[in-house]
Amino acid sequence: MIGARILLESLKKEGVKIIFGYPGGQVLPIFDQLYDFDIKFILTRHEQGAAHAADGYARSTGKVGVCLATSGPGATNLVTGIATAYMDSIPMVAITGQVGTHLIGNDAFQEADVTGITRPITKHNFLVKDVKDLARIIAEAFYIASSGRPGPVLIDIPVDVQRADTEFIWPENVNIRSYQPTYSGHPGQIKKAAKLISQAKKPIIYAGGGVITSGADLELKALAEKIQVPVTTTFMGLGGFCGTHKLFLGMLGMHGTAYANHAVMESDLIIAVGARFDDRVTGRLDDFAPGAKVIHIDIDPSSISKNIRVDVPIVGDAKNILKQLITEIKKLPDTGEWLKTVEGWKNKYPLTYKDDSAMLKPQYILQQLWDLTKGDAIICTEVGQSQMWACQWYQYLTPRTFISSGGLGTMGFGFPAAMGAKLAFPEKEVFNIAGDGSIQMNIQELGTCVANKINVKVLIFNNGFLGMVRQWQELFYKKRYSFTPITSPDYVMLAQSYGAVGIRVTEKTQVRAALQKAIQTDNTVFIDFRIEPEENVYPMVPAGKAINEMIEGLA
Amino acid sequence: MRHTISVLVENKFGVLARVAGLFSARGYNIASLAVSETLDPQISYMTIVVEAKDAKVLEQINKQLNKLIDVITVTDFTKKEHLDRELVLVKINYAPKDKPKLAAIFEKFVGKIVQHKADMATVEAVGDERQIKALLEELNKFGIKELVRTGKLAIE
Repeated sequence: MIGARILLESLKKEGVKIIFGYPGGQVLPIFDQLYDFDIKFILTRHEQGAAHAADGYARSTGKVGVCLATSGPGATNLVTGIATAYMDSIPMVAITGQVGTHLIGNDAFQEADVTGITRPITKHNFLVKDVKDLARIIAEAFYIASSGRPGPVLIDIPVDVQRADTEFIWPENVNIRSYQPTYSGHPGQIKKAAKLISQAKKPIIYAGGGVITSGADLELKALAEKIQVPVTTTFMGLGGFCGTHKLFLGMLGMHGTAYANHAVMESDLIIAVGARFDDRVTGRLDDFAPGAKVIHIDIDPSSISKNIRVDVPIVGDAKNILKQLITEIKKLPDTGEWLKTVEGWKNKYPLTYKDDSAMLKPQYILQQLWDLTKGDAIICTEVGQSQMWACQWYQYLTPRTFISSGGLGTMGFGFPAAMGAKLAFPEKEVFNIAGDGSIQMNIQELGTCVANKINVKVLIFNNGFLGMVRQWQELFYKKRYSFTPITSPDYVMLAQSYGAVGIRVTEKTQVRAALQKAIQTDNTVFIDFRIEPEENVYPMVPAGKAINEMIEGLA
Repeated sequence: MRHTISVLVENKFGVLARVAGLFSARGYNIASLAVSETLDPQISYMTIVVEAKDAKVLEQINKQLNKLIDVITVTDFTKKEHLDRELVLVKINYAPKDKPKLAAIFEKFVGKIVQHKADMATVEAVGDERQIKALLEELNKFGIKELVRTGKLAIE
């Protein structure tokens, strides 16, 4: 069997149902095999779109997303997508063609050192030099991508290896001696954590993307309800705890809710689950939660004590550890007073916006979207203001219903990611919350959507600005709007020219009908919402401030 | 402060680049790095001397190294009893009349002349960090023309 066929047979063994990609000279043998092979292939309009679509598929399903590109520019176009997946610990396998082994290092046509380029943005990568190694490498790649703290793995396959012939032997087991992730938490540490929890007066749970990766949402709920502790999540953790639960405080950090930030700062115990105390969460580190002890549950030891001092580290899988922790807690903490205090903050500092203007407000659109869907949808986002409003003004009830580039903050992510999610869940409504800046970064994927009948609904919050940067310029650079005003095409006509449906909304009264029409339309829909141009995202913690030093916006 | 760590890695293409890349990407400094095959040709042994400003940085270096898929074990020698050696080759100004002076030095240090040409000699010496430092001070009295060192090797 030739290498190209071994690749596809191996992907099938791994349960791959769909590949996103783009053909080219050094992947011709693979595409020749794909022609009549039993795996769905989606031809995107740009390799970056393929990488983000594979990522969106992975985020929505929890399975490994797969993308495929040719050597050189095909591979370098994947780079942003791979880095995006890496920063958010998303399982992905990226397959690239490479020039023939005899040409490597020769500056051959469309040659790039792709394993070199992607080394710092992959969990691991492989250059396949011998077709005999191919099946084993694919099995290892999937194992590495999906185990421990997941991440993208790249496999670079020279074209002569794709053509070379060998026997196909699929390794049923993968054992990598130098890679043994820890799944079960240390019982002694769990006991210590249980003791701290029992003694706490003002505890808070701070949950991150690890809860979703590990599938620990039910255990998290059980823990929170058992010990009656308020829960805040990171951006990546949204959906890991039910957004309408009475113990939920919303997201914390730079654009988190004021009450989540106050609660964290005043807490005496932080129970961190699958989160990494990122700078967008902690604000100025020296002032972060000064009175709190910290229990930190994470599968990646290097996340622990990286940014803040931890009292009880527990390395392992969140689901396993939470289960054990729940049974280990014998004496419940008395949190009655604390919950009242937190409730006070909730009432005093609610999320809010000024809705008295004649202009259309993005928050209002999201409220309407919530009202129409009640959480039964997958919400993807681009990056910037629209993304932050989507965190604040929509409630995520279950894991994998919020899909967004957190760590890298990649504009252009949302639209192709929404395609991946929609292909994984054709029966679900999939929305992409976009700005007029971000949507233009991968707008070519309209072609992919229409050609493959991937009916995603794109809500463009069109304010004529690169809004988040403009907001910073307004607040910290004397309103010098340097290159943040941005023009747009006519999105209605653009959508129509691709064969999709375009709707323009300029009035508040049109919002609901437009959303309803989008939901009912069996096609890709772009809604061009002409929103208030200078609306800001509040609350906001300015850079370098403690997270309780927020700009509220409405005072 | 300098710390010595050893890293056992899979002897595979690109592993050195992964380790070196990790240090540069995360802003850690390598003072020296020595790599070679072990008895098992599938495994290489690296001795890395790193600059770490505090224990937290050193801990992160250890953890990040462990995170690399091809890294089998990481040993931090900071608080561990261990042996370390370095080999240096030093070209010094040398005339035959200097022989007794040099001989006196070699009574205190493990070293010898390995090459002698005209007015120059090449000295080979082995020792731990402190010994090498002291030796170089002695040799400097002759005038050091050129110096190469292997970087530290360390073993438990």
